[in-house]
Amino acid sequence: MIKRGTPLLQVRDLAISFRTSRGLLRVVDGVSFDLAAGECLAVVGESGSGKTVSALALISLLSRRQSVIEGSVKFKGKELVGLSEDALRPIRGGGIGVIFQEPLSALNPVTTIGEQISEVIVAHRKLSWREAKKLAIGYLEQVEISQPDQRVRQFPHELSGGMRQRAMIAMALAGEPSMIIADEPTTALDVTIQAQVLEVLRRTTTERGAALLLITHDLGVVAETADRIAVMYAGQIVETGNAADVLRTPASPYTRDLITSIPSFAARGRKLATIKGMVPSPADFPSGCRFAPRCRYAIAACTTATPPLAPVGKSRLVRCIRAKDVVSGAARRAR
Amino acid sequence: MAATRRTASKPLLELTDVKRYFRVRGGIPLIRKELNVRAVDGVSLSVARGETVSLVGESGSGKTTLGRVALGLQPATAGHVTYDGREIRSLSAGERRALRKRMQIVFQDPFGSLNPRLPIGDQIEEGLLAHKLGDENARGKRVREVLDLVGLDPDYASRYPHEFSGGQRQRIGIARALAVNPEFIVLDEPVSALDVSIQSQVLNLLAELREEKGLTYLFISHNLDVVGYFSDRVAVMYLGTVVEMGPVEQVFKKPQHPYTVALLSAVPKIEAHDVKDRLILAGEIPSPINPPSGCRFRTRCWLREQLGNPDRCTTEEPKLAASPRSPDVSVACHFPLENGLASTTAKGRQAIKVKTKAASTKAVPKAAPKGRATKKRSARA
Repeated sequence: MIKRGTPLLQVRDLAISFRTSRGLLRVVDGVSFDLAAGECLAVVGESGSGKTVSALALISLLSRRQSVIEGSVKFKGKELVGLSEDALRPIRGGGIGVIFQEPLSALNPVTTIGEQISEVIVAHRKLSWREAKKLAIGYLEQVEISQPDQRVRQFPHELSGGMRQRAMIAMALAGEPSMIIADEPTTALDVTIQAQVLEVLRRTTTERGAALLLITHDLGVVAETADRIAVMYAGQIVETGNAADVLRTPASPYTRDLITSIPSFAARGRKLATIKGMVPSPADFPSGCRFAPRCRYAIAACTTATPPLAPVGKSRLVRCIRAKDVVSGAARRAR
Repeated sequence: MAATRRTASKPLLELTDVKRYFRVRGGIPLIRKELNVRAVDGVSLSVARGETVSLVGESGSGKTTLGRVALGLQPATAGHVTYDGREIRSLSAGERRALRKRMQIVFQDPFGSLNPRLPIGDQIEEGLLAHKLGDENARGKRVREVLDLVGLDPDYASRYPHEFSGGQRQRIGIARALAVNPEFIVLDEPVSALDVSIQSQVLNLLAELREEKGLTYLFISHNLDVVGYFSDRVAVMYLGTVVEMGPVEQVFKKPQHPYTVALLSAVPKIEAHDVKDRLILAGEIPSPINPPSGCRFRTRCWLREQLGNPDRCTTEEPKLAASPRSPDVSVACHFPLENGLASTTAKGRQAIKVKTKAASTKAVPKAAPKGRATKKRSARA
C-alpha cells in the first residue's frame, strides 16, 4: 500500500523548544517520519503529547519569538525549517492545507464563507476574485454542503458545527494542496456528524491523491481512516507502523494500555485498564524512557537511558527495550 | 405509555410525560412571535434504586435538560417528576432542600464547574455548609474523607483548581457531589473532556463508588462506547423524545429503532471491520422549535427512504411502546427493526424486510436503498 520512492514529506529529528522564563524547554524531541502522496498517517496521543505542536511546526505555524524549531522538514525535497515567512507563504495553504479543530475560532467571523474560500484561491492560484467566487461554490459542493450557492454568502455563525467543519475542509481544498494536516477535525462533533465529515475528508483527499496527516486521540477514527499510525507520548514517537497492525498487536506498553483502556459494550463487566499517574509536563520529563514511571513493564534498565526507536518485525518502530515481551504478552492474551 | 422495566422495588426517580419548553422570541421586529423551544417533549422514564440509566443522543436531543428537570434544577413545563414516591413540584421549600441533599450532579467541564478563586476543600465543604451538616471539625474531616475516596491526597484540600489536571478536577467534582452522602447522582458527560487513560480511571472510580455506596446514576453521554460499558439501561433520545429504551444488552445487540442503528453504526471501531458498512445519516438534527410532523426522525431516516416513504411516518407520531419482540424494550417507530446488529451493516440494511401490515398502501419496499443515507466511500487505496 505504501508507495516507495521519495516521500512527499520527510521529517527528520524534529525538535521543538519553547522559550520560558527558565530558559528553553524542549517539548518535542527526535520526531521523524515520512508521508507519501495519497497516504494517511495518524498522529495519536493524549493531551500534552506534542502531537499538535509537531504538526504546526511542520509549516512553522508556531510563534518564532516563543519557540525554536530544529531538525529537518522536507516537503517535495525542499527544506521548510528556517524558511522566511515570505518563502513559506505559497506552501501554507497552497502546498499544505490545514484543518483546525475548532472551526469557530479558526474561521473569520466577519467575512462570509465564500470570501474566505475565495481568498485561498486568489492567494495561491492567480485567479481573479470573480473566478474564485464561482469556484468557491464548487468546493462547498464537494464537501456536501447543501445549497452551496446560498451558503457562500453566509457567515460562520450561521452554520452548524458540522457545516463549519465542512467549510474548513473546503477552504483547505481550495488551495489544491498535495498534503492536508487535519488537527482533531471531528473531536467537537456528534458521532453522526463525525461520520459525515470523516467521509468527506477521506473522499476528497483520496480523489486528489493528497496525503493526509491526521491528528487525533480517537483510536477508532485511526482504525477507519489511517494507513499508518505514529503514537506520541511526552514529546516523542513511541511506536509507529501500519495502523491496523499496531492496533491489533501493539508493541509498546503505552499503546497497549491506551487500547485496553477504551470502554466499550464488549468490555462490560470488566474493569478498565488504567495508566497510573498522568502525562508528565515538559519541565519534568523523566530521564531514560519517559513512560517508565507509569509502565507496568518497566525494569531498572528503563530508567538509565532513553530507548531508541528500534525496529520490531518488518515495518514497525518501537521505543521500548521490552517490546518483544509486550508483543508476546499481547499474543498470549489474544490466544 | 411508559413501558419501562418494572423492578421489584418502586422506582427512585420517575418521570411521566415530562415536557420542558423554553420561550424564545423569534420573527421580525414589530411582529415578533413567542416561540417555544421544545427541549424535552414528553419523556417518561424511571430509574430504580441502584440502577444506572443512561441518556444518549446528539447535541440538541434534550438529554442535559432532562437531567436538570429530573433534579428539580429546572421546573418541568408539563408532566410529573416523582422522587422516592413524592412529586417534586408539590414539595415545600424546606422539603426540597432536604431532597437536594439526596441528589447531586457532576458536570461535564471540570474547568468551568469549579471556582478558580476558592481552595478545592472549601468548594467541597460548601454542600455541607448549605445543609448545615456537622461542625467545623466534622466538615474538615468529611472533606478529607471524600478526597481520599476519589483517590486524591487529602492534603490537597487547601490547593486551588488550577493546580490540578483535568482528570483530577473531575475527581474533585465527584468528591463535591459525594460530600453530602447522596443516593442519586446525575452524571452529565463526566468523562467527555478527559483523555482515554484518564477517562478509564474516572469510570473505574464511578463504578467502584456505585458498588460500595449503592449509588443510583443518571448518566448523560453522547459516547456510545462509554454508555455501553457503564450502564444497565439506556434511553436513546432524539429531538426531545425517547426513541428507544431498554436494557443495554438488548438495545446494543438488537437495536430496533433506525436512529439507534445509525448511532451504533456511526461509532468508529478499532476492531477490524468493513468501513463500507458505515451508515451515514444525512443532514443534522432539526430545530426543536418546529420539529417535523409525525415521526421526528423521518427527515433523516434511512429506513423510511428504503420503505418508499410511507405516509404514516409523516402523519402519525409513533408512540414509545413496548416492543412485541422483547417486552423490556420500548421503541417509538412504526416499523421497528428485527435483525438486530445485522441491520447496522450495509448488507443487513438491504435485507431488511419490514412487515407492512400497518403501513399505508404506498409502503412498498424498494429493491435497493437509494440516496445519501447509504452512500459509501470506496476503501482508501
